[in-house]
Amino acid sequence: MTQSMRAPLLFAFVAILFILEGTTNFWIFSGSWNTSLGILNMALISAIMALGVNLQWGYAGLFNIGIMGFVALGGLATVLVSMPPAPGAWAAGGAWQILLSLVMGAATIVAAVLVWSKMAKGRARNLTMLVLLVGGFFLFRFVFDGGVEFVEAITPASTGHIGGLNPGGDAYKDFGWLTIIAWPVGGLIAAGAAWVIGKTALGLRSDYLAIATLGIAEIVIAVLKNEDWLARGVKNINGLPRPVPYEIDLQGDPGFLERAASLGMDPTTASTIYVKLGYMVLFTIVLLILLWLAQRAYNSPWGRMMRAIRDNEVAAEAMGKDVTARHLQIFILGSAICGIAGAMMTTLDGQLTPTSYQPLRYTFLIWVMVIVGGSGNNFGAILGGFLIWWLWVQVEPIGLWLSETLTSGMAEDNWFRIRMLDASAHMRLFSMGLVLLLVLRFSPKGLLPEK
Amino acid sequence: MDILNAIVALLNFVVIPGAAYGAQLALGALGVTLVYGILRFSNFAHGDTMAFGTMATILITWWLQSMGVSLGPLPTALLALPFGILAAALLLLATDRGIYRFYRQRKAVPVIIVIVSTGVMFIYNGLVRFIIGVEDQNFLDGERFIISARDFKSMTGLDEGLALKTTQGITIVVAVIVVAVLFWFLNKTRTGKSMRAFSDNEDLALLSGINPERVVMVTWLIVAALATIAGVLYGLDKSFKPFTYFQLLLPIFASAIVGGLGNPLGAIAGGFVIAFSEVTVTYAWKKVLIYLMPESLEPSGLVQLMGTDYKFAVSFAILVIVLLFKPTGLFKGQSV
Repeated sequence: MTQSMRAPLLFAFVAILFILEGTTNFWIFSGSWNTSLGILNMALISAIMALGVNLQWGYAGLFNIGIMGFVALGGLATVLVSMPPAPGAWAAGGAWQILLSLVMGAATIVAAVLVWSKMAKGRARNLTMLVLLVGGFFLFRFVFDGGVEFVEAITPASTGHIGGLNPGGDAYKDFGWLTIIAWPVGGLIAAGAAWVIGKTALGLRSDYLAIATLGIAEIVIAVLKNEDWLARGVKNINGLPRPVPYEIDLQGDPGFLERAASLGMDPTTASTIYVKLGYMVLFTIVLLILLWLAQRAYNSPWGRMMRAIRDNEVAAEAMGKDVTARHLQIFILGSAICGIAGAMMTTLDGQLTPTSYQPLRYTFLIWVMVIVGGSGNNFGAILGGFLIWWLWVQVEPIGLWLSETLTSGMAEDNWFRIRMLDASAHMRLFSMGLVLLLVLRFSPKGLLPEK
Repeated sequence: MDILNAIVALLNFVVIPGAAYGAQLALGALGVTLVYGILRFSNFAHGDTMAFGTMATILITWWLQSMGVSLGPLPTALLALPFGILAAALLLLATDRGIYRFYRQRKAVPVIIVIVSTGVMFIYNGLVRFIIGVEDQNFLDGERFIISARDFKSMTGLDEGLALKTTQGITIVVAVIVVAVLFWFLNKTRTGKSMRAFSDNEDLALLSGINPERVVMVTWLIVAALATIAGVLYGLDKSFKPFTYFQLLLPIFASAIVGGLGNPLGAIAGGFVIAFSEVTVTYAWKKVLIYLMPESLEPSGLVQLMGTDYKFAVSFAILVIVLLFKPTGLFKGQSV
């Protein structure tokens, strides 16, 4: 098989998998276009995340295992942009107080950094730093705690958080286009977090970046779970507005019903498929834009410089390239793409549930996608995103089928059979680890190798 | 009297739990630091190795309990521990033979081996979930307390109770024994010395006739023992849940880095630094302060610097500070 045929053939194979899912209910396939499109939409988002990780790993050789954190920050952006401001929280000043305390906290840190860099070394500097940080912390907590207490006390059963920037008030769901604005905002927030991490951990050993990103991801999730004033914590935010029409409105629209009838579909199926197709179109546009940009970057002098740094840092540094600064740049770009994907995912779900963020699902699975697809090749990353996401969804039915086949000779109540059927739910992790190890060992360049 | 009460409260809520947690972290960090020193990569599968060893120990413990075997006041798990270590050792040696050795012989760059170790982590995690499930498992038996709070109060007549859980006592005793044996092994035996030589300068060690495969094998055996002991102690003291062992990865790595990666002494110091910072920052100091301050100054809030849910943030913050100001760690580690 020649190299040029490889990519189209593999993409065609993935397309067939999705078509089979939609048309036949043979073996593990469900035969429902709804399911197929549902998997496809998440696959598109996963492909975007894989694109971001490929930027970091494939272009620059940076090992980031905090993808989950950047994805969650993107999700937070969707809430902060597209939800209406919570009634009462802003009017009486509680939310302003929280904002003020955050500004004060940031000012404290900036002041401490200034003291550290401007003052002469010695006891005076250490003392000033200490007084500044401790005093700043207590002042911050004092203002912050008051604001939080106030905001969280306002109708805690339904809101109890600051809300977002949606100007619609009670009719906020009419402002669905705001969620699309939230996608780049999610990217910006993730980029900000990446800057902080990159500043501290880049320029040191590659493992340190891995550990630092692992840490920031856990902390982002902890903040989302515990800071109720921000996005209601584990009480979740439901009913985000969306950029596509609601099924229920479509079903009440005579024009839509007529068209559905002319295609021979019942209104419920037609409306759900219509909505999913709407998302699909939006996500595909984003994916194509990002892919175009990534390809342009890859083939530019900048991309060549990145690869030169990746392949030999010492030589690149000797040629006058600022390795740490370039690493920081690409780390921020890749994380921003993950943030965009995270905002898109929260839009698709229509809710933000902090407990659903699991590192194995949002960090390591994306890594499997990039490595299986082919690190350094954007098309490879996208292919990996589609293929591995499909596999991730289907491993459970495959596992169930496998355990049933293996134990079909046993009695219904055999303990081993029951255990096997129960355990097939855990097949996912095992099989993903196996796929990763096999690819790394026998085909380390992935399905679509870098040219 | 108030000062005594304050000291007892401090011991009860900060010093004892911190020491036990610190010992557990130190044992975990020793495993990470040994792999780093000898095999030269950060082993992300370490948390799940701990989970696997603990799971094996739990299964044996349940079997022993069903046979009616017990250690009296001590938990039966101590009897099952050697078998758990054996299971973890077999798993690690098989993993090394099947996976890591290939990359070692090809002299792959460390970051590739780190990615491989995340693949291994997936597999271990899947295995553990497959065999024992994802729920909390309880395998503690025997006496719960060495000194219970009530006994202490009646003994001393103080208002504050001091409770010393059996598991905390065992953790500290076992950790001291393990660390003593480990350092004796590294400093006094021929194999231990060859391990240190290999860690300091691989080429020189090879030239002087040290068999690298043997060094690697011994390392994995020690790591299996350390990981299983750390995991079992943590499981006895808190509870066993596969996911929490994955989350322990961050404080364990933070401990190893704070102390200086590749330096065993540093790993122990780092473990206690991280554990005590976590406990002191997330402890509500109200109780202690009430005893110490005059009535008019008594705090109204909990005087908790950060909620317990942010304990990861503490290890992370310390990690960041160390990376910024002293990337080689408190004790001189190998890496920059």
